[in-house]
Amino acid sequence: MEAFTIVLAVGTTRGWRPALQGSLAGLVVLALLVATLGPALDRVPLHWLQLAIGILLLLFGLRWLRKAILRAANIIPLHDETVAFAAETAELGRAGSRRGRRVDWIAATAAFKAVVLEGLEVVFIVIAVGAGRGLLLPASVGAVAACGLVLAIGLAVHRPLARVPENALKFVVGILLTAFGVFWTGEGLGIDWPGGDLVILTFIAIFLVAGLLSVPAAREIASEERHDPA
Amino acid sequence: MTLLKTLLREITGLFVDDGVLALAVLGVVGLSAWALADMRLGEVAAASLLVAGCLLVLVASVLRAAYSKRASRE
Repeated sequence: MEAFTIVLAVGTTRGWRPALQGSLAGLVVLALLVATLGPALDRVPLHWLQLAIGILLLLFGLRWLRKAILRAANIIPLHDETVAFAAETAELGRAGSRRGRRVDWIAATAAFKAVVLEGLEVVFIVIAVGAGRGLLLPASVGAVAACGLVLAIGLAVHRPLARVPENALKFVVGILLTAFGVFWTGEGLGIDWPGGDLVILTFIAIFLVAGLLSVPAAREIASEERHDPA
Repeated sequence: MTLLKTLLREITGLFVDDGVLALAVLGVVGLSAWALADMRLGEVAAASLLVAGCLLVLVASVLRAAYSKRASRE
């Protein structure tokens, strides 16, 4: 969604040609990353792969979950696609007036950077979910479908997707990634989880409850006045 | 070069936002590995440490941010 906002800003201010060129080049780089890293990781012994990906999923998932909780508790501001769109549009306008003939190159680079940098998160999730289990193709198809959905909605409304409940989505994805992270880290360490894969549902429930309880607690702490005994 | 630096910063940023949180997660994993290697503690202790540790790290990090926000208002 963040990448779409920037590409939309590039397209509406500088034209759709450089926006599409930059986006396509970015998508090719991301596809190459999945195509090269995925099969390479299949050669790593499974428990080392599970441990490494499990730890990375834990770091990634807990980071997302923490941020979503803090945003829901109004401790850090929500990401606003409309503000991001306005900022990117202004930035592109300034760059254009400064550099004259290199506008197209700047516009294409802005779209390319947005797609690659924001797409890295997707690439990591695809590799984490698919590598080592032969699930790279279905994971990639899911990611492309999600990308297509964002693109279709975005093209239909022709403005930043400001009304999508982005924080709620990140909250849920953070919980899922953390639950999978705990599971795979444990598997990598050699823990034989009771119930096998089904224990992931328990982890999801645990982190969901913890997340939901943390939001009002954090909000209350942040908003209450400190009472010094003196 | 700038793009490469941004790319590296972005890749690091994928996993590390709050440095304390990242270090604490690694600590929890290390403790769980130690519990698993120590035969007296065993698998149940390692599994419990991993789940409870991650939960504790998350809640502590959120509360720390909430207290920091309160302190910054004062």
